[in-house]
Amino acid sequence: MALARYVGGTLLSFSCYLGELAFLIAETFRGILGGHIRLRLVIHQIFEVGYRSQLVVLLTGGFTGAVFATQAFFQFHRLQMDTAVGPVVSVSMFRELGPVLCGLMVAGRVGAAMSAELGTMKVTEQLDALRALGVHPVDYLVIPRFLAMVISMPLLVIECIVVGILAGYIVTTQILGVSEVYYLYNMLHFTGGKDVAMGLIKGVVFGIIIVFVSCHKGLNAREGAVGVGRATTDAVVAGSLFILVINFFLTLTLNIFFPAAK
Amino acid sequence: MIPSHNNQEIISVDNLVQTLAGQKILRGFSLKVYEGETLVLLGRSGGGKSVFLRHLIGLMRPLEGSICVDGQNITSLKERELAPVRKSIGMLFQNGALFDSMNVADNVAFPLRESGETNEAFISQKVHDALQMVSLHGHLSKMPASLSGGMRKRAALARALINQPRFMLYDEPTAGLDPIVADSIDLLIRRLQRKLGVTSIVVTHDMKSTFTIADHVALLHEGRCYFYGTCDQLRTSTDPVIRDFVEGRSHEAP
Repeated sequence: MALARYVGGTLLSFSCYLGELAFLIAETFRGILGGHIRLRLVIHQIFEVGYRSQLVVLLTGGFTGAVFATQAFFQFHRLQMDTAVGPVVSVSMFRELGPVLCGLMVAGRVGAAMSAELGTMKVTEQLDALRALGVHPVDYLVIPRFLAMVISMPLLVIECIVVGILAGYIVTTQILGVSEVYYLYNMLHFTGGKDVAMGLIKGVVFGIIIVFVSCHKGLNAREGAVGVGRATTDAVVAGSLFILVINFFLTLTLNIFFPAAK
Repeated sequence: MIPSHNNQEIISVDNLVQTLAGQKILRGFSLKVYEGETLVLLGRSGGGKSVFLRHLIGLMRPLEGSICVDGQNITSLKERELAPVRKSIGMLFQNGALFDSMNVADNVAFPLRESGETNEAFISQKVHDALQMVSLHGHLSKMPASLSGGMRKRAALARALINQPRFMLYDEPTAGLDPIVADSIDLLIRRLQRKLGVTSIVVTHDMKSTFTIADHVALLHEGRCYFYGTCDQLRTSTDPVIRDFVEGRSHEAP
């Protein structure tokens, strides 16, 4: 009985949470359609979200590509298939590693900052001050972050992927001694526009998840420093979990539209 | 001081009920405010005065009751529909609630920029005038974190006043200020009323300030309007609850 109550309660609160997220998303689109776009704030957020995430994304992509290429090489080397490392690294980076790892890093860096900033504004009555001045908090705070993320995230994902592939290429050809020509030929042969499209779509979806989860947590932060801390932690944890879970379903769905190359 | 303005009821609050964390804060609070007057709302700390002010600007919605501002029932308006009403009301929050990512000048200019003003020379002149009014000129580029509590409150007051609202809601405007600045804020409230006909509701514990600015005084006690009258009626009241409040007596053993 207690277990049923616990499960029921958890499901109910999760449904409420999804409902609140849906309301936030609806309000955001209502604001955008109503023309409540502040270009100056969008540009500022692109700087915060996109430009300032460069180092994190470059390092993540670079070392993931390098490590993945090294591991793949040692496995393929036993089968005398050294040049298969190229397409494996490239397709994996485009379809999974690039968008997912970039999404997780951005959820940690940008998502945490968003929920902390909005949470602090909530507990110091700045959100109320905005409302009192006749400005809708969603228009002023969520829309610029949403638009900045939708613009920045695909670029960050592509950057992460390209650096990862480049790092894999350098490690495999310059350190592990695989032929550059065959590596590149195989990589380009097995990597196509479908892989790029999949990476980009995933990047945009993960960006949208990060924005709404983080903004929702921030806008609903409870009182005090503890409330802001909890909102920030929850935003990163929930954002990351959403990315991992939705990625699975996205992979299944997108493979129908963008099947793997021959 | 009976208001010398046309005695038209501009804000009317009827039977407001609100519960916070399971505790009934407002239990049928009713109040009327006349156009152009300054009404001071007194009451114990935690008694629901600030909660009431938040209802007046639609930041909170009552469980029961209605609030009419200028003939419009604002309790039934949606968030986006409230924006025009809110633009006619200035609110000074207890802690100022300045935007901490902006400096003083940008904070004060915020309502102007949000209302579509793009002429920077005009904005900067208005900001200068507003800050001069609250004796805060010369602090334009300071960030809120580097201001004292009183300065923050005055900057917030300048922000609330810059669009010349018809109504002003002050949440403890003189708390935490030195007596001289507190007096200048009182005089400013009075000046705004006389020159611009601003209707003000002031939540305060400061009795000196009350007697300086109030046309009418209301006492919020146990969730209801316990007293409503003029300063003279407040002074001469023999009701023990009112006397205790006016004279600041706690009845606790020393």
